[in-house]
Amino acid sequence: MGLFSRMETVVKSKMNKLMDRMEDPRETLDYSYEKQLEMLQDVKRGVAEVATSKKRLQLQRSKLQQNLEKLDSQARDAIKADREDLARLALERKTTLNTQIQGLDQQIEDLEKEQEKLVAAEKRLSTKVEVFRTKKETIKAQYSAAEAQVKINESVSGISEEMADVGLAIERAENKTENMKARASALDELIDTGTLDDLTSSGDDIDRELAKINSATTVDLELEKLKKEAGK
Amino acid sequence: MIIRIVGEGQYEVPESFYDELNVIDNKIVDLVSEGNEEGYKSELAKLIESIKSCGSQIDDAEIVESDLIVPPEDLTFEEAKEVFKGEGIFED
Repeated sequence: MGLFSRMETVVKSKMNKLMDRMEDPRETLDYSYEKQLEMLQDVKRGVAEVATSKKRLQLQRSKLQQNLEKLDSQARDAIKADREDLARLALERKTTLNTQIQGLDQQIEDLEKEQEKLVAAEKRLSTKVEVFRTKKETIKAQYSAAEAQVKINESVSGISEEMADVGLAIERAENKTENMKARASALDELIDTGTLDDLTSSGDDIDRELAKINSATTVDLELEKLKKEAGK
Repeated sequence: MIIRIVGEGQYEVPESFYDELNVIDNKIVDLVSEGNEEGYKSELAKLIESIKSCGSQIDDAEIVESDLIVPPEDLTFEEAKEVFKGEGIFED
């Protein structure tokens, strides 16, 4: 059973249990509507959660950017003072920071997409909930309990699917933001202590070794550029 | 037929496209069973894109059940092993 089917089964079985319990099936409509409003609140919370996480990452990015500019200026000063060793150190740190910033940019972009999806889901559900509200009043006014059952099943099934879909969207967004929160906390600590390891590095020993070589090459090139600029 | 793309709403797709979509669906099942993650990702994106281009999005105000449910594009490879197996999403 796929992940969505599982989610849908949970939502529908809750609805069915409820229909069995209620004496007049029309009561189901009111209850279902209440559940939909609760779900809408959940979506709103989910959107706010994603926005908060994104804000946090953006703040971290600007902190790192400031550090980057500081290191750049330190490297220039070190060259002027004929301290190539210090300049190299600053440029090595700058390379690490750049990798971190690229990682953050990717995460911010992912959260942007997540936010867009949730906002669209909220709009869809919100419209359906409003339509459902009108339908339920019509059903309650025009049909006897027995006749209403068929109409109720149609409406409740359709909206249950939408609720399951939105529920899954929230769950996935929450999982993503949870993972990012943990990484963001770790990065905050590193920024505070000033010891930035490369959190974004992944892969095996060969990948890491190649990244080191690549970083060393970048540092050498930048060092030469700074020396030329300083006329050294 | 009505197809829901998880997280993106529902699309009304003419029955005549069923076979075309089923071919992509079966290809994804094969790629997942072979452990080909890259191929799986691009075919899933193709499946979703095909549904959107063959079909028309159902109005938000319509409350209707779907005939088929297609997972989201960011479905992980691990999750895909649960969804794309046997006949896949589209029955042969």
